[in-house]
Amino acid sequence: MPRRIFITGYGIISCIGNNIDENLSSLLRSKPGLGKIRHIDTLLRDELLVGEVSKTQDDLFAMAGIAPVEGYSRNALLGIIAAREASLQGRLNENPELKTGLISATTVGGMDRCELFYNDFLTNDTRNAHIDSYDCADSTERIASLLGIHDFITTISTACSSAANSIMLGARMIRTGRLDRVLAGGCESLTKFHLNGFNALKILDKDPCKPFDQQRAGINLGEGAAYLVLESEESLEKSGNEPLCELVGWGNACEAFHQTASSPDGTGAYLAMKKALDLSGLQAGDIDYVNAHGTGTDNNDLSEGRAIEKLFGERIPKISSTKPFTGHTTSAAGSTEAILSIFCLQHQVIWPNLNFREQISELSFSPVEKLLTNVPVNAVMSNSFGFGGNDTSLIFKKAGEKSKIVNRKS
Amino acid sequence: MAFINGIGLISPQNTIGSREFLSEVVEYTADYLKCIEPVYRTYIDPIQSRRMSRLIKMGISAAKISMAEAGLTMPDAIITGTGLGSVEDTEKILGEITKEERFLNPTPFIQSTYNTISSQVAIQLKCHNYNSTYVHRTFSFESGLIDGLMQIEEQTASHVLIGAIDEMTMNHLQITRRIGQWKMHPVSNMTLLENKTPGALAGEGAAFFVLGVEKTGTTYADLKDVKTCINFNGSFKPEMVLPSFLGNHGITMHDIDLVLLGTNGDHDFDPVYDDFARQFFPGKALGWYKHLCGEYHTATGFGLYIAAGVLKNQTYPGILHLNHVTPPRLKNILIYNHFRNVNHAFMLVQGV
Repeated sequence: MPRRIFITGYGIISCIGNNIDENLSSLLRSKPGLGKIRHIDTLLRDELLVGEVSKTQDDLFAMAGIAPVEGYSRNALLGIIAAREASLQGRLNENPELKTGLISATTVGGMDRCELFYNDFLTNDTRNAHIDSYDCADSTERIASLLGIHDFITTISTACSSAANSIMLGARMIRTGRLDRVLAGGCESLTKFHLNGFNALKILDKDPCKPFDQQRAGINLGEGAAYLVLESEESLEKSGNEPLCELVGWGNACEAFHQTASSPDGTGAYLAMKKALDLSGLQAGDIDYVNAHGTGTDNNDLSEGRAIEKLFGERIPKISSTKPFTGHTTSAAGSTEAILSIFCLQHQVIWPNLNFREQISELSFSPVEKLLTNVPVNAVMSNSFGFGGNDTSLIFKKAGEKSKIVNRKS
Repeated sequence: MAFINGIGLISPQNTIGSREFLSEVVEYTADYLKCIEPVYRTYIDPIQSRRMSRLIKMGISAAKISMAEAGLTMPDAIITGTGLGSVEDTEKILGEITKEERFLNPTPFIQSTYNTISSQVAIQLKCHNYNSTYVHRTFSFESGLIDGLMQIEEQTASHVLIGAIDEMTMNHLQITRRIGQWKMHPVSNMTLLENKTPGALAGEGAAFFVLGVEKTGTTYADLKDVKTCINFNGSFKPEMVLPSFLGNHGITMHDIDLVLLGTNGDHDFDPVYDDFARQFFPGKALGWYKHLCGEYHTATGFGLYIAAGVLKNQTYPGILHLNHVTPPRLKNILIYNHFRNVNHAFMLVQGV
C-alpha cells in the first residue's frame, strides 16, 4: 500500500486576499481582484489589467515580520508570507524528528528588483545586495532559512505549471520515504520583464479575462504566493494535525509541440490528467469539479477543453477557471489554484467562471457561471499548464478516513 | 541507483567526439572558460536552429549525443537542471525594457524561460513523457538527478535523460564580480591554485546523461545516490549525513577510493574542501576538475562526467590529481561540491 499524502496546512496571498480567510471570503462573494498596475513603473500601466497584490514593498516587509533591508525581492516577501501561514497551520516548527522539505517554484525569481536596479548592477556597487537575489533559488532559501527547514530544499521552474510540479515532487518524496512532510508551492511577483514578454506575445487581455468564452481575448497576469503542507500518514500520527484533504493523484506530461502554444488536441493536457486519474484510483465520473488552467487565451482554452472532452467523454464534470478572480499568477498558479480547489472540498462549493457569456463553438460544454453552494464535492482536479508544454494535473479528495486517523493518534 | 549509459558533454574541453578520455587538455588564460561548441547542424536542423539561442543549441546537442551513445530514442523522462537558464536572452530583454519598453522581440522572452531546454529537447524528440526543470543554484542538477533516481525507483521510468546546463556571458561575469564570485582578472586555468586570490574562475557547460535501470554495453558507472544539504548558520555537519548516505549502499568512508572535490580556486571558500578532506578522508586520493570546466551552478555535471570516465576507463589522469595519493583501485568515487559553504552536495558513483 503506497504511503498516503495528506494536506494539513495552507497559506496564500493573492490579489483577492492576504491570507486564507480573505481569499475564501472574496471567492464566496464572487469578488475578483483585477485592477490597474500600481506598483510597477511601466508604460503598460494604463493598458493592462492585472491581479496585483495591493500591498507595497514596505507593507510586505511588515506582514512578513522582517525589518526592511536591501536584498529582498517582492517575490521573496510574498513567498515568506504565504509559506509562514501554511507552516503555522501545519505546525512545521514542532516534531523536529520529522524529515521536512521545502519545494518552491518561481520563474521570475528576484527579477522585480533586478529590473529596477539593472543599470546599477552594470555601473556601480550601490545595489549589490540584490545581485545575489536575482535568481530563482533566493526566495526558496530565504523561506527555508526563516522557517528552519533544512532536510531538503529545491526550486522548480516549469513556467506556469511550476507550483503544481512542486506539489507533485513533494508527494513523490513522501511516497518514496525520503521525507515525512513537505512545504510545497510557489511564488511569483509581477514584473515589467514578463508583463512586456507576454505583451509581446500578444496574449494579454486589456479587459477582465473570459476563460472558456467564445470571445476570449487573453490573459490578465497576476501575482501572489501559495504553499501547502503535505504530510504522510505516519507524520500525521506524530504531528496530530487534522488533514484538510488528501492528495491522491498527480500527473506530469509534455506537449512536445511548440514553445509557447498548446497542441490543437491538448495531448499534454490529456496525458497529465489521465496519469493523475490513473494514479488516484478514481474513475473519471468520481471527479466533481475541475479547476481548469483556463488562461483565457484562444489557444489554451480550446486545447484544454478538447483534452477534458477526451478524458471525461459524455459526463463532463463542473468546470471553471478561477483566473478571472486572481489573474494568472504563473509560477504560483499551481499552488494558488490547488488551494482554491481544496476550498471546494471543505465548503462544498464550486467557484464560478466569471465573465463567461458564450460557449466556445468547438466545445460541447460551458463552465460554471454562478457560485454553487451546498453541492457534493468529494474529488477535485486542478490543472496547470505551462510554456514549453509542461502540463501537470493534481487530484485532491476529501479526507474521508479522517476519524480513523485521529482515533489512532488518541 | 541507476546506470549511466550515455553522456553528451559540451564544455571548455574537447569533450565531443571519440577522443581518448582527457587525452588533450585545453589551456586557457581568460576571464572565464567558454565552451568549445560543435557544428550544430550535425545535431539540429539548421532551419530550426536559426532562431535558437546558444544555450538551447548546446542543450539539444548534448542531449542527442548522450542518447545516441546509449542507443536510446525515447526517454521516459526529461529533466534539466540550470542555475541561471538563458543568461544571454534575459540580458537582451533587460537591456531593452530598462531603456525603451516598446517593441520587445518575443523570441528572447520565450527562450529566457528556464524550462526551454527541457521542452525544446522534448519537442525535438516528440517526447510526451515526464518533463521538469530545476533551478536551484548548485542544487539544480542534483535535484534533477534525485528526481530521475526516484522515477526509476517508482518504476515510472526505465530511461531518464538528465541535463546540467549553464552559460556565462561577459556582462553577467562583470555583474557577479561585484559580489566577489569570480577572479577580477584573467587567470590561467592550469595554475589556478597558485593564484591564491578570492573568487573562482567562471565557466559553463552542457552535460546530458542517460540513466537506465539496466547495465548495457555502453555503461560507464552506477550512480548510487545523490544528496543535497543546505547549510544555514552552520546547520550542516558532514558527519551527520555522510555515514548514512554511504551506509545505505553498504559502503563506509573507508571504501571510498577517490574523492572528487569541487575545488575552484576561490581562496576564501576552497578551505572548506581542504578541511572536509582532512577530517573525513585523510590519506585518500583527492581529485578535482573545475580547472577544466570552470565554476558554474551545474559544474557537477562535468564532475559526474569525470567520475564516470575515470571508472569506465579505469584511469585516473594526472591532470585531476589534487594530492599525490594513488588510489588502490578505482571502484567508489565520492563527488563533493559546495557553493559558498551554503549549498553542499554529494554523489556516490561506483564502477561496474
